[in-house]
Amino acid sequence: MRSTLKMTLAAALVLGLAGAAQAEEKLKVGFIYVGPVGDHGWSYQHDQGRQAIEKALGDKVQTSYLEKVPEGADAERALERLARSGHKLIFATSFGYMDTVLKVAKRHPEVKFEHATGYKRAKNVATYSSRFYEGRYIIGKIAAKVSKKGMAGYIASFPIPEVVRGINSFMLGAQSVNPQFRIKVVWVNSWYDPGKEADAAKVLIAQGADILTQHTDSAAPMQVAEEKGIHAFGQASDMIKFGPHAQLTAIIDNWAPYYIRRAKAVLTGTWKSEDTWGGLAADMVRMAPYTNMPDDVKKMAEETEEAIRSGKLHPFTGPIYDQDGKLRVKKGEVMADKELLGMNWYVKGIDDKLPK
Amino acid sequence: MSGLEAFLLTVIAAATPLLLAATGELVVERSGVLNLGVEGMMAMGALTAFAVANVSGSPLAGVLAGAIAGAVVALPFVFLTQALAANQVASGLALALFGLGLSGLFGEGFVGQPGVRLERLHIPGVSDIPFIGPVLFGHDVLVYLSFLMTAAVAWFLFRTRPGLILRAVGTNHHAAHALGHPVRRVRTLAILFGGLMAGLAGAYLSVSYTPQWVEDMTAGRGWIALALVVFATWRPLRVLAGAYLFGAVWILGLHAQAAGFGLPPQFLTALPYLATIVALVLIARNRTLTLTNTPAMIGQPFLPER
Repeated sequence: MRSTLKMTLAAALVLGLAGAAQAEEKLKVGFIYVGPVGDHGWSYQHDQGRQAIEKALGDKVQTSYLEKVPEGADAERALERLARSGHKLIFATSFGYMDTVLKVAKRHPEVKFEHATGYKRAKNVATYSSRFYEGRYIIGKIAAKVSKKGMAGYIASFPIPEVVRGINSFMLGAQSVNPQFRIKVVWVNSWYDPGKEADAAKVLIAQGADILTQHTDSAAPMQVAEEKGIHAFGQASDMIKFGPHAQLTAIIDNWAPYYIRRAKAVLTGTWKSEDTWGGLAADMVRMAPYTNMPDDVKKMAEETEEAIRSGKLHPFTGPIYDQDGKLRVKKGEVMADKELLGMNWYVKGIDDKLPK
Repeated sequence: MSGLEAFLLTVIAAATPLLLAATGELVVERSGVLNLGVEGMMAMGALTAFAVANVSGSPLAGVLAGAIAGAVVALPFVFLTQALAANQVASGLALALFGLGLSGLFGEGFVGQPGVRLERLHIPGVSDIPFIGPVLFGHDVLVYLSFLMTAAVAWFLFRTRPGLILRAVGTNHHAAHALGHPVRRVRTLAILFGGLMAGLAGAYLSVSYTPQWVEDMTAGRGWIALALVVFATWRPLRVLAGAYLFGAVWILGLHAQAAGFGLPPQFLTALPYLATIVALVLIARNRTLTLTNTPAMIGQPFLPER
């Protein structure tokens, strides 16, 4: 028993030294993804960000990733493995990793951790997320202009604040153009199931929607829109290849600038634990080219994008009423980030009931 | 397009991959083998069909290649369970993981590419009849094949001598062996047939249902197919009923949501499983009939005595 322990310690020491020796030359940056990098959605975009670090910082960094890491005990093992093999900066890219990250970070004070979409921080744990809702406001305005029937179909994943905020932002954008605009929401209870997403798209079209938007990850709804000759918005990445005549624009997750900035901060010793919630202005949210729409709509979209980027326009500016007619944001005021982060109600004009 | 027509078309699309995979697995289990690897064979079928269709430009070639890939990836399972008499549950689970992993690895280069869609049947005049045309005569070849194969399997199992032998092997492999029937050869062929059908189901996903390749696009349909076989008490026509019931309840749930009833989506996702189980349990109330249909040797390895 004792000799085994000694051997293990010795091995750990050797591995640790090897890791340290390497770390002196290069900053090792590790990533864990909840999905496969081949999902062409959430995890894929994070991996694009990882590759961007390598491109931007060249031989000063070395990156590695672990994909399809389930939230829970497996995540702990994965994070532990990265931390022990000399990674000094580790990105955990799913909400469900939150408590695991804090646990592992406590044991490795010398390693910097970054947790996406979470809200718990520590001295060596920072959090970051994107203001995707800014993009959703723009596509809401476009939808209201382009839709002939005045009704959009919304394919949603899970009724969590992130998704609800997106629906509300889309609706506020649409209402700013057409106060009578309506949406139908279908929850597929999955982030990622092309078949189910396609089914939901077909159902929404059958129920009268002539424009589709989604908060799920696959390009299947875009393909359905293309086939049925209607319009749709891409999600997470540019989906124009799947809907050359259907895609109006897409909200693109762009993690690259943030990841490069944070890796640089570690290299220069200026890394601090903080919370970053960036949108169009921080270049963390990008809009794909505005296509398949008349010039005046394109112009409106570009102006809206610019107004949000420059800070002149905030999608959640009062007066905002909820479904029951209660005033949630007073006229002229802007909703606080704290309320945005915990949003669990629909704005006025959505007939649907929000599942709890 | 009327609401009912749109509903039926969506149900058919959702049920077809389940029906194809479950019909194949039914034959495998009837021969006394439990192959839990459907999901993996399906994933390989989906990737191969997508890749071949894209490279050759012919979706039909893709479908064929997908079916073959499903059978090929089942070969290690055949070797483990038939030649080495290894544990079928463990081997099957390994096949599921192996197929998913391998398809992810080989498929990396195909992510983000739109696929080639399998053409839908169009009979001039007939396919244009309102309602009846699109619902009956407007599908791709795999939809018709799924029905054809269900009928063929039902006929084969219960109306032919080789079918009788296959069932005998699944009911009592020692007795079948004593009578001179080649137990392991029968099972090998059954497993390969199951692979072909799972491959076809996968091909349906990647060239018809959603013509694209993404890792894990099977999203658990292989496991649903496995469950369908058991709840259908190993009867082909009940598998058909189960697959369509499952698809119909799922699509109805989506319609209920879009109509704004405010039902919890978690419940609607679980509903197809619940409905299918309840319905098939009710059908299978007759215990004696259920027992005679259960392949008694399922999951048990067989080595001929020497």
